[in-house]
Amino acid sequence: MATEAEGTGLVFHPMDQFIVKPLFGEGPIHWYTPTNVTLWMGLTVLAIILVLVVGTRGRAVVPTRIQSIAELAYGFVHKMVEDVAGKDGLKYFPYIFTLFMFIVFANFLGLLPRAFTATSHIAVTGVLALMVFVSVTVLGFVKNGASFLGLFWVASAPLALRPVLALIEVISYFVRPVSHSIRLAGNMMAGHAVIKVFAGFAAIAVISPLSIAAITAMYGLEILVSFIQAYVFTILTCVYLKDALHPHH
Amino acid sequence: MATETHDVAADVAHGAAEAAGHAAQSAGMPQLDFASFPNQIFWLLVTLALIWWVLTRIALPRISAVLADRQGTITGDLTAAEDYKLKAKDAEAAYERALADARTQAQKIVAGAKAEIQKDLAVATAHADAEIGARAAESEARINEVRAGALEAVENVAKVTAADIVAALGGKVDAKAVAAAVSARLKG
Repeated sequence: MATEAEGTGLVFHPMDQFIVKPLFGEGPIHWYTPTNVTLWMGLTVLAIILVLVVGTRGRAVVPTRIQSIAELAYGFVHKMVEDVAGKDGLKYFPYIFTLFMFIVFANFLGLLPRAFTATSHIAVTGVLALMVFVSVTVLGFVKNGASFLGLFWVASAPLALRPVLALIEVISYFVRPVSHSIRLAGNMMAGHAVIKVFAGFAAIAVISPLSIAAITAMYGLEILVSFIQAYVFTILTCVYLKDALHPHH
Repeated sequence: MATETHDVAADVAHGAAEAAGHAAQSAGMPQLDFASFPNQIFWLLVTLALIWWVLTRIALPRISAVLADRQGTITGDLTAAEDYKLKAKDAEAAYERALADARTQAQKIVAGAKAEIQKDLAVATAHADAEIGARAAESEARINEVRAGALEAVENVAKVTAADIVAALGGKVDAKAVAAAVSARLKG
């Protein structure tokens, strides 16, 4: 996807950062090949361990800075699950916390220069969203049996409207994983690509100050977006979980 | 500047055209390169399993223990503070009581001392009065004695002087008559 305009030296590679490459040598990418995906997901795991395990090793009553971050993250997601999905949703808190930590750290690590952003790939977010969708649907049927279908039957609406609403509800239910995954991947991809485009313009001396200012502004926005998208993904998971646990409106 | 901007615009347009051409042959966005999907999904599942394992085995129990511990410490401290407050209140009450006791005690002691002093004073006063009375009586007796003595001496001197005067005038001294005359005169 490299584009080079001869003469001015203007180079655009906005999408190159998303290419999945083998870490060692060239060649086809098998499912087991260690790629830059492996590297950056591994770094995500390391960062999570650093904050949540190494940072809390003191078990201090008066926390250190890193321990406070770990506790804040824990409290943030814990409260979110409790507030949105209810007390009986807390059983699934470890899964939701896993999702949140993975997304938030993958997003933030992706902001490092030359980094690969795993969450900008629809394959990754699609699997995350599908995992949520499938487990929540299965959970809904296991917990509520057939009455889980009451989720689609809006009892408070006039009887004549109910079949129509049911159809809309079913469609919106099945669209959930799509919007859930594309929202995250799209946000991450767009921001990174825009930064790269601005960076390409920096090759022109006259424009470069403006370009650098724009990159700085975008970077600040992307930091915000990184957190907000992780938050949105997590809270939507909580909402879907609530629907599975309490399907009646 | 204007020409440069124009150049840039041209370049961008050119670049976009070329990118589009390029995209056509490399199947567009890397995100839609399905050949990399198995790889990404495999590593994603490995990553999630790892994170989940670390969280449930180590991080979450530890953090929840720390939070519970802190909650316990805070509750404990608050209870202890409440305890101390009660104790302080008790101590204050005891102090007040002791103070009141001491005050009544002091008043009692003062009253007792006052009564004692009053009694002593009365005794001393009576004693002094008696002494004064005795001394005064004694003094009076002596004054009377002295006065009587003086009168007698004056009478004697007068008698002797009168007898001497009578003798000097050539009269015959009748001691008895002189004495009677002097006595009558002194009385008069």
